[in-house]
Amino acid sequence: MLNKEFIFKKVAFSSATLILIVLTSIFIMLFISAKPAIEKYGLHFLVDSNWNKTIETKIPLTQAQILAKKTKTQSSDNSDMNDDNLFADDTLVLGDDASGDNVDVSTNIKTDTIFGGYVPIVGTILSTLIAMAFSIPIAMGIAVFLAEIAPDFLIKPVGMAIELLAAIPSIIYGMWGLFYFAPIVQNIFGGSQMSLLTAGLVLGIMILPFMAAITRDAMNTTPDVLKESAYAMGATKFEVVKDIIFPYAKVGIIGSVILSLGRALGETMAVAFLIGSVFKVPGSLTSPTISIPVVLANNFGEASGDMMSSLFYLAFVLFVFSFIIIGSAKFYFLRGRR
Amino acid sequence: MAKELIMDIKDFSFKYAGAPKPSLENINMPVYKNKITAMIGPSGCGKSTLLRSINRIHDLYPNNEYTGKINLLNIQSDEFENILDIKKENDFIRLRQRVGMIFQKPTPFPMSIYDNVAYGLRLDGVKDKKVLDEKVETALRGAAIWDECKDRLKESAMGMSGGQQQRLCIARAVALKPEVILFDEPTSALDPISTKAIEELISELKKDISIVIVTHNMQQASRLSDYTAFMYIGELIEYNKTDKIFLNPKEKLTEDYITGRFG
Repeated sequence: MLNKEFIFKKVAFSSATLILIVLTSIFIMLFISAKPAIEKYGLHFLVDSNWNKTIETKIPLTQAQILAKKTKTQSSDNSDMNDDNLFADDTLVLGDDASGDNVDVSTNIKTDTIFGGYVPIVGTILSTLIAMAFSIPIAMGIAVFLAEIAPDFLIKPVGMAIELLAAIPSIIYGMWGLFYFAPIVQNIFGGSQMSLLTAGLVLGIMILPFMAAITRDAMNTTPDVLKESAYAMGATKFEVVKDIIFPYAKVGIIGSVILSLGRALGETMAVAFLIGSVFKVPGSLTSPTISIPVVLANNFGEASGDMMSSLFYLAFVLFVFSFIIIGSAKFYFLRGRR
Repeated sequence: MAKELIMDIKDFSFKYAGAPKPSLENINMPVYKNKITAMIGPSGCGKSTLLRSINRIHDLYPNNEYTGKINLLNIQSDEFENILDIKKENDFIRLRQRVGMIFQKPTPFPMSIYDNVAYGLRLDGVKDKKVLDEKVETALRGAAIWDECKDRLKESAMGMSGGQQQRLCIARAVALKPEVILFDEPTSALDPISTKAIEELISELKKDISIVIVTHNMQQASRLSDYTAFMYIGELIEYNKTDKIFLNPKEKLTEDYITGRFG
């Protein structure tokens, strides 16, 4: 008996510890892998919009070289940044860009490839914001309908539909978005089919059922007597929802929003289909750009050296983002409970 | 005699949605003006169901069935109106403002003490800050809680003790100047001291308001009420003045119940 109790306690304890270990080790692994990039680019990485861009710097000539000849400074002027990115390998004077430390002996030009995370960071934030702006009002509407307004025979089927929507794999949302939804968005808003807006809207549709289901559950925890006493004061349905249910379920509703936000931040597949994967700060909502998870998914296959550690740097940024968001949500929860 | 009535329940039967048989059958019961009417009986006898019929809170849930009449005196016209005829949302709101309700557990709304009391008034269209302040104070004084909370009106009502919360709920109902207040076991979740305060408050309130109270506590019924109804399995077994019910019941069942032989 004692023995069983002991084992039971140990198993429970180690399961809980495992989570902490996994979390810490992911954090440490990301940090170590990202360290070269962090050291090389520092915080400037966060505001640098160049990705995989070759720059050339002149290095001091050795005595022998000065004697040999004089060289003109060349400044690289790439008016079209995109082309430069796409054909980075071809435009390099010397082969391997990833080693980043090549000196052309004939010109004394040192070529280096720089990486900055500004574009994917902005892309991630903007697509998530669009998704939230789109989904929060609709999710609240669905939840209020299901929790308070819907007649009995509708609650089950609609509730089931919501839960099924939440269970659809994201790649299916991506395909649907690409082949069906994107043309519609383009027809209405113009711009390109694959754009920040399309990605944000499909992302919004993806997190919608999730948010609606949790919000409905939170609203359903409002005690019937509380609602009844509001009705007994002469409140209408709308007033009960506004004054009683929302304040009562506030903590749960904010929780559902935060969880959905976390999901939207990290969503890869659907966004990869729809955002356009172009390293460019979007000029408008309808222009293509890229987000952090998409950069990671697209580039890990052939990355090495600086690019590899830069990708880890981006992953680290995303991790910290999510961590801060969930952390502040927890803080809010705790404050709400007290 | 008829003038003393505020409500008159006639041949009232009630069946919950999907229930095989009615929870209440052929209830006939008067409610006298400015008196306290207690409803007693073992659990499941239908006393709460009857209470909840009187301001039609049941109608928040669909498909309940009822027959008979529940007449409520219209003070302006001095005529009885059958509240079971009410169909329009606005009339429901009017009814529930006229017939307030206090529940078993205190139900403070998730807002400040002041806003709790002002809530019904605001719903009723009172906007003037001065009028609101005045009415809130009167209601809180009326519920004997003003002194305890006058310095923290802006604080959340959730921070009060159970007894205070219940008195706040009474203040909230009183603020609307109802004709009747229904109490559904208002003290069963409270300690003896809070219970005493609530009972004193209820006795105080009957000067202006007619009261119907459901209670499991027979001492409470005998202490508080002027009339008592004893119910058993969906039927009204006996109704009379409280002292008669407790001292000299006509029915054997009533006697058995109040002497504690069952229930």
